[in-house]
Amino acid sequence: MEYFIELFFSGLTRGSIYALIALGYTMVYGIIGLINFAHGEIYMIGAFTSFIVATVLSILGFPLLAIFVIAALAAAVWSSAYGFTVEKLAYKPLRNAPRLSPLISAIGMSIFLQNYVLLAQTSDFMPFPQLIPEFGFMEPIAGIIGSSDLVILLTTAVVMVILTWLIKFTRIGKAMRATAQDRTMAMLVGINVNHVISVTFIIGSALAAIGGLLIASHVGQINFFIGFIAGIKAFTAAVLGGIGSIPGAVLGSFILGLTEAFATGYVSSDYEDVFAFSLLVLILIFRPSGLLGKATIEKV
Amino acid sequence: MLELRSVNSYYGNIQALHDISLKVEEGEIITLIGANGAGKSTTLMSISGVIPPRSGEILFKGKPIHQMSPDKIVALGICQVPEGRHIFPVLTVAENLDMGAFLRRDNRQIKQDLEYIYTLFPLLANRRNQPGGNLSGGEQQMLAISRALMAKPQLLLLDEPSMGLAPLVTRQIFDIIKKINTEQNTTIFLVEQNANLALKTADRGYVLETGRITMHDKAENLLSNEDIQKAYLGI
Repeated sequence: MEYFIELFFSGLTRGSIYALIALGYTMVYGIIGLINFAHGEIYMIGAFTSFIVATVLSILGFPLLAIFVIAALAAAVWSSAYGFTVEKLAYKPLRNAPRLSPLISAIGMSIFLQNYVLLAQTSDFMPFPQLIPEFGFMEPIAGIIGSSDLVILLTTAVVMVILTWLIKFTRIGKAMRATAQDRTMAMLVGINVNHVISVTFIIGSALAAIGGLLIASHVGQINFFIGFIAGIKAFTAAVLGGIGSIPGAVLGSFILGLTEAFATGYVSSDYEDVFAFSLLVLILIFRPSGLLGKATIEKV
Repeated sequence: MLELRSVNSYYGNIQALHDISLKVEEGEIITLIGANGAGKSTTLMSISGVIPPRSGEILFKGKPIHQMSPDKIVALGICQVPEGRHIFPVLTVAENLDMGAFLRRDNRQIKQDLEYIYTLFPLLANRRNQPGGNLSGGEQQMLAISRALMAKPQLLLLDEPSMGLAPLVTRQIFDIIKKINTEQNTTIFLVEQNANLALKTADRGYVLETGRITMHDKAENLLSNEDIQKAYLGI
């Protein structure tokens, strides 16, 4: 039983990270109908930014909490700048092009950013500083849930609450919902749709960057390629929950995280990806619109 | 109030509007009639900035607006009720109306206007908490017009308000359009396939054929014009 609970929390931790990335996929898809394949790289850049900031700050002797907060903010800001720029450079000029064009542009951006980080850094894994200490009060249950799991879960929960508030109750959230439902009509009620799209990329990138920081300090190492597999997994989670749906992305992420955790724990860690992607195939066969997605007719 | 000067617009690579020139004076109802695919909706989308013209000028109160983005054009007081109504399906009736007032900040006045809308359309008041997608066609058209009114437009562009509606409902909608014009002093640019009804409602009319204006006159003259009767009125 204890093993089961341990796996359960490990699954929730994975699910949280997937959720932070999957939200960016699903929000961008909801607004402009594009699968932003460069999103995994935005997450990777977030991890690298927090790596650089955290390393510098720890040399300067900052306290751990300050390093954590400053690194998270820096990663969010820097990744957002990348997300914003990628949209302006690679997607906006193709806004009215056939659907395949921005998709190919997105794949190109993904490869470009990977190689850019590869050249700017190295292809080796780099040790990531431990930003989350072992809390004393967690010691009695350390076998079931680690301190970094707790921090990841709590941070994700706070981020989700803020995001929900933003989308439900603010002016920009209102504009985002309207744009997602009917872009032409959003323009006709006076919403600046370009602005909404930029904000969506910025929010999605910031969430991914926070995910990057959390997982890097949890796993303890990063390299230029981490965005690829995490991106694919989070994309799977978004499709699982119903791409375009925000609650769907969160639900899909937790299901995927738990599936992987139990597959690793009870079968073998070699089969982790097999289970994850089998789940995707099953969903695509039996419920193509995802768990919470609406069946829609493909718009051409 | 609004003037189009030899506007050319494209739909993808296809030229949809050829040298369109027309004028709308303050306070009047003008109508643009024409067959399916003549370019009526493209004309409205060009005015709203959703399909910006490739050449030509659009002036609102003497100022060029053809290079402005749609949200800036709405801010000037030009609102469109597009063809097919475009109700936000997941938002409730009240939220749809609130969305119409997106650019306004005068919350107290917005509340008063909302009450006015509900007295104008008691049906909407009863359904204010239902998703817009659940309404019938006629109710959606009322909602779409009301949503545009929430922006306090000076010029209201209406695209095919009668589309898909029963004759009785169509009558109601057209009565409301007249009422908006007289009571609110809103200038109205009406695009319709139902030429008979449109010409009876409007002060002046333009006839659009395959992207070109072929005729314009007082609405009553167009109604009695033999060519128009043959082509559009089925007489």
